[in-house]
Amino acid sequence: MYFLRRLLALVPLLLVISFLAFALVRLTPGSPFDRERKPESPEIERAIQAKYHLDEPFLKQYLRYLSGLLHGDFGPSLKYRNHTVADIIKQALPVSLMLGVVAFGFAMGVGLPLGFITAARRGGWPDYAGSFFAILMVCVPALVMAPVLIMVFGIKWRLLPVALWLSPWHLVLPVAALGLSFAGRIARLLREGMLNTMKSEYITTARAKGLSENAVLFKHAFRLAVLPVVSYAGPLLADLLTGAFVIEAIFQIPGLGTHFVNSSLNSDYTMTVGLALLYAALLVGMNLLVDVAYTWLDPRVKYE
Amino acid sequence: MANPTPSQRAWQRFRQNRPAVMSAWFLGLLVVGVLVWPLCLKLGGEPFARAHRPDQITDHQFWPPNAINWCGTDVHGRDEFSRILYGAQISLLVGAVGAGVSLVIGVLWGAVAGYVGGRLDSAMMRLVDILYSLPSIIFVIVLITSLEGLLKNWLAAMGSPALANSARLIFLFVGLGAVSWLTMARIVRGQVLSLRSRPFVEASRGLGAGPLWILRRHILPNVLGVVIVYLALTVPAIILYESFLSYLGLGIQPPMASWGSLIAEGAEHINPLRIYWWLIVFPGGLLVTTLLALNFLGDSLRDAWDVRSGN
Repeated sequence: MYFLRRLLALVPLLLVISFLAFALVRLTPGSPFDRERKPESPEIERAIQAKYHLDEPFLKQYLRYLSGLLHGDFGPSLKYRNHTVADIIKQALPVSLMLGVVAFGFAMGVGLPLGFITAARRGGWPDYAGSFFAILMVCVPALVMAPVLIMVFGIKWRLLPVALWLSPWHLVLPVAALGLSFAGRIARLLREGMLNTMKSEYITTARAKGLSENAVLFKHAFRLAVLPVVSYAGPLLADLLTGAFVIEAIFQIPGLGTHFVNSSLNSDYTMTVGLALLYAALLVGMNLLVDVAYTWLDPRVKYE
Repeated sequence: MANPTPSQRAWQRFRQNRPAVMSAWFLGLLVVGVLVWPLCLKLGGEPFARAHRPDQITDHQFWPPNAINWCGTDVHGRDEFSRILYGAQISLLVGAVGAGVSLVIGVLWGAVAGYVGGRLDSAMMRLVDILYSLPSIIFVIVLITSLEGLLKNWLAAMGSPALANSARLIFLFVGLGAVSWLTMARIVRGQVLSLRSRPFVEASRGLGAGPLWILRRHILPNVLGVVIVYLALTVPAIILYESFLSYLGLGIQPPMASWGSLIAEGAEHINPLRIYWWLIVFPGGLLVTTLLALNFLGDSLRDAWDVRSGN
């Protein structure tokens, strides 16, 4: 019931976001065609304006855009004249989703074990080495990590392809560059969660029952300690999507990020607004999923 | 000290944290270096300045690090060391602006919303919620794009490229400032909300104190610790955003440079024949070290003020 209401609350939120984005982009002066050759005559200019409905009053433009959205029509791209924004999304979204999902899995697959080991061996050398590695990864942004990985693995040792999106091998460097800093953050969160959890009384009870240390760590501590990681998953997905801008640019991957950045550089307004909306919808949707996962993992949490 | 105040206690705890103190020294030295280096160029004599001026184009292209160009030279033969220090001006300035905005707007917004409460509170926080639910970097990009349209009109009116460049810099600051205060507003509001109904505040109100007096005398001193901690965590985030935008070509435009745009330039010249590692390693290394130092500082301040990580 609660989630149904949350789902319904998304509608006005997305409306507000779409209005804000549309207004910001449309109400500031400057036409999307400014950078091109000036049209031969005022008639041609007027014809172009009429074709893209730029001559109508603002509210009418916005309503037209909204009604288009309801049919899955994001309008034409102002730069790639023969493509609609929906076309481009259709091509680029699977690529970006693939990159995002694999990087998410990679971050979890590296971060969770790392956090677990550093917490289980706290004070020992695996803790110091692992914790230092984790905070180092947190502070190496993808825009530094990616060129370094390319230089070392792609060019110096020639082990992996340095760009493009052709085979599973092409995934390795982008995923590592994107995922490592999140792996570090996840490891730190899990370690802190484990250390906090290990102080609670039910852990003492479990130990008193004579359970082995492994059983205490895995079955009792981990389940509660992983909750901060789960609530971080929402922001994590957001950062993954935007972090992919840099990764897609440097590895020349034809994903949503490339199109979003280019649309912004080229003042391709319909594309910018459409993609911003898509990102916003993806994010609020995923945040909702994260909340669902949270109640499932921690039955004490009840949303009212 | 018989009875140390909370700030004194925090300071004592902070001093005992060695990585944090080292980070503070590093950041201090970095700031001094950034400020003093232009002076060195002025006082060092013509040959020194000629070798090191950040925009001096020479035919020493892609020299690896050597005795004169400590960090090598770039595609135009410019001294990379100098460019990194000049780029640090922008990167650090952006961090400072973000901190300033989140200090002024964030704290005021949160304090007013939390203290006044009621309808004003829900209206103010609803706005924060909406901005918060947008992925911030996307919001900044949309904002910068639309401001760019404004810029084009100005340019047509005045036609001065120098002005255009500084206008672009201001837009970048505006865009990053616009997202930097949201977390602060939320945190401060929560604190003020809980402080407002504490007995000592009620007592003060009962004695006839006005809202401004209560805010200044009772509420703000008590949120000080939280504010300092979140300021320290805001700065690295904003520096990272700026380098991200400049890397993508949406931020600083040449001939100006920031760490992000320098790394982007280095990445542009990656090729299979020769590796110009110094163009990535030095600016990237300084960025990473600075972020590391700021994060250590933020974490230790949190421990020192004993701030619980809220969410």
